[in-house]
Amino acid sequence: MTINTLSQDGVQRQQMPCLTKMERMIISMQDPDMGIKLRNQRLLITVIPHAMTEALHIGQLFVKYGYIYPLKEPRNLILKADDSPYRFQTPYYWMSTRWPASELDYAIYLAKKNIRKQGELIEYEKECYNALHKRINHTWDFVVMQAREQLRASKQRRKADRIVLECQEQAYWLVNRPPVSTAHYPPSKRYVKYCEQYQPHDPIMQGCLPSNPWITDDIMFWNMHSETVAVPTKLRVERWSFSFMELLNDSMGRKEFLTYLEKEFSAENLCFWQACEDVRHGETSKIPEKVDEVYKQFLAPGASRWVNIDSKTMEKTLEGLKRPHRFVLDDAQMHIYFLMKKDSYPRYLKSELYKNLLARAIVPQETKKSVFPFMRRQRHSSPSPALATQIGEDDGKGKNSNSVKSNSGTASRL
Amino acid sequence: MSVSDWLLFLLVRSLSLASLPGSIPFSSLQVQPQPDAKMCDQTFLAITFGPCDSCGLNKPLMNIYLKNEPINYCSLCVELMACQGLATGETIHTLKAESESLKTKLEEERAKLHDVELHQVAEKVEALGQFVMKTRRTLKGHGNKVLCMDWCRDKRRIVSSSQDGKVIVWDAYTTNKEHAVTMPCTWVMACAYAPSGCAVACGGLDNKCSVYPLSLDKNENLSAKKKSVAMHTNYLSSCSFTNSDMQILTSSGDGTCALWDVESGQLLQSFHGHSADVLSLNLAPSETGNTFVSGGCDKKANVWDMRSGQNVQSFETHESDINSVKYYPSGDAFATGSDDATCRLYDLRADREVAIYSKESIIFGASSVDFSLSGRLLFAGYNDYTINVWDVLKGTRVAILFGHENRVSTVRVSPDGTAFCSGSWDNTLRSHSQVGCSSGKWWRWRLNGS
Repeated sequence: MTINTLSQDGVQRQQMPCLTKMERMIISMQDPDMGIKLRNQRLLITVIPHAMTEALHIGQLFVKYGYIYPLKEPRNLILKADDSPYRFQTPYYWMSTRWPASELDYAIYLAKKNIRKQGELIEYEKECYNALHKRINHTWDFVVMQAREQLRASKQRRKADRIVLECQEQAYWLVNRPPVSTAHYPPSKRYVKYCEQYQPHDPIMQGCLPSNPWITDDIMFWNMHSETVAVPTKLRVERWSFSFMELLNDSMGRKEFLTYLEKEFSAENLCFWQACEDVRHGETSKIPEKVDEVYKQFLAPGASRWVNIDSKTMEKTLEGLKRPHRFVLDDAQMHIYFLMKKDSYPRYLKSELYKNLLARAIVPQETKKSVFPFMRRQRHSSPSPALATQIGEDDGKGKNSNSVKSNSGTASRL
Repeated sequence: MSVSDWLLFLLVRSLSLASLPGSIPFSSLQVQPQPDAKMCDQTFLAITFGPCDSCGLNKPLMNIYLKNEPINYCSLCVELMACQGLATGETIHTLKAESESLKTKLEEERAKLHDVELHQVAEKVEALGQFVMKTRRTLKGHGNKVLCMDWCRDKRRIVSSSQDGKVIVWDAYTTNKEHAVTMPCTWVMACAYAPSGCAVACGGLDNKCSVYPLSLDKNENLSAKKKSVAMHTNYLSSCSFTNSDMQILTSSGDGTCALWDVESGQLLQSFHGHSADVLSLNLAPSETGNTFVSGGCDKKANVWDMRSGQNVQSFETHESDINSVKYYPSGDAFATGSDDATCRLYDLRADREVAIYSKESIIFGASSVDFSLSGRLLFAGYNDYTINVWDVLKGTRVAILFGHENRVSTVRVSPDGTAFCSGSWDNTLRSHSQVGCSSGKWWRWRLNGS
């Protein structure tokens, strides 16, 4: 198994066994009794013994993958067989735990560096910064705001910690930086990757289990994918791991995520996000009262479900609340959305809750095709979604698709 | 100047010069509706008569905006003012020629940043085997050409509209008709199902988009609760609900798109930039959910920001009217179907066309396109009565479906991707899926692996 080039998204999964082995070694190296000699030079710094060539080779890989980084010449990611100091990279930045470095993250890092060093970025970084500025221009305010926030938060740390953290972050980005020239960013690979990822979920391409209702006249497939089913299918639960949007778009996924957030005491984030969606897509006449509700519940000082937004966004939002309009909560909503996406979502996917659900999820049995081709199963009607309006006039209109009742399979004449 | 700066400069220059209406080339002169006026004011025809603000003579007036101030000039004064903007030696012709040359330069620069074509990268991808599609349901009941259809989020119901003014809601799975509405106009070219499943929207030659709440009371006349939402100055070509029942996006023959509040009928945002009829629109499936794409008779496909009304990207490589636009499921790209008998795929990040789906044997225009759930297949309905199924990555055709006896006007894949439905001028709708069982004697199908 070769590990020559740095990974792209899909390839990373294949390298996991290698990475876990490397990580086990790193952990044992740091063991205070059996591990490598550590010497304190102002802070925790280690010296790698230069005994054998094999050790050297493995050591090189450690440096290349960012588990150890050199302190004297940080940009030179090689292991020198001398006394130069290195440091272990914090597990937070290990390749197996970090999601593929996104453009947004890199943009925030560069923006931070730009602010701190007042424009003294190296050539390559300047190029990336400009390219990113052009490409994700619509989120640039957010990027700069995030950078400022992170800098402000770091100023409140001890100097020693701050230096270490800066080194760690710099080392991480040296290892994981996105490709240099945006002009060579291949659009084609993205499509191939997307199609491959979703192919098992595409009924026309690969069929679906238990069977396609249009072909076999059996609606089991729709029943098994309804909102309120007790045990979901494996494909459905796997799909939640494709992107945060997939998780949120599935009402069952959203419920599961909420349960997880409640355990983490950050459920107010998702509730806030949903409330903002309601404002954005709801009736215009109800906007002022909805915005007021949101303020009372989530934004007011001492609110019962206060959400943690940075001060600048909070200021801007509170200012906008004086003249509430449909988009007044957009900035705050986006802040919370990215917070959940970067932080809670990856942890949810590694959580016991998700893993248990995935283990419990079923793979449906294929429906036997009818032996006699002319004998067709009876096609059952389903309750119309318009039925919701008969029950509650207000409920039906404001909600989005989550209120659509899926069929129950009972024959009912309309 | 770096390449990116140069490109930006060219793009801005070419767009500001090229996308202007008719005889008024000056970009600071914009004809816009007044803030709370209905869309019917958005027209280049004179609509009032009175003293001109400039020359004082009583003449038919044009309402125009100069630096956000509304003024009324007679057409002669408007022309004079427009010509003042021209520098010495410049005429409208020279400006047009300059904009054309800028456009070609822009294309050349884009081509230099050219990546490996989609098909080449997809060479390593496994080819699709024999692809067999079969018609599963035929819905008969319209008395005239079916023009449009949309799926309900429950994955089995559909709404369809036809030339004779009828809008029907079906349970396509059982083929039962559930509701029927007769519109006061003919040629209902647009219809959409609300996300909640409780209402449908439709419109056409009446220049309006109306929302009908669906009632299960058999005796109730659906037209009684009809709500008129959108008002354009020309026919309605396409409509779509956004994430909820409360807002509708429409496109019209008057060259504009607009976002409306359903409850009050208020215009929330209008989108100007097409120089001819807009025929189709589609909302982006992105996580920040704020853009959509539109295609029109000016051969352009434009991407818009819903919040600001800005045209953020524009693509013009088709050789004829764009009839249909549809986003790739990831939201990174969109496909178009056009009267020039090709379908094309445009990438938003690379800002260019990345694939063309065409064959010499296909000479009739594509009226409607849609992707399968994974985005691997592109279904396109054509005016030669067929539906072609394309392999998006490799650019080859993997199947042709026959069966319709007239033009195919609309093609849509169901929300869970289990089937796709086509509507045609032969008055029927058909839903199709891949072959499962063996019985299938009625509809001919043919394989084409080329």
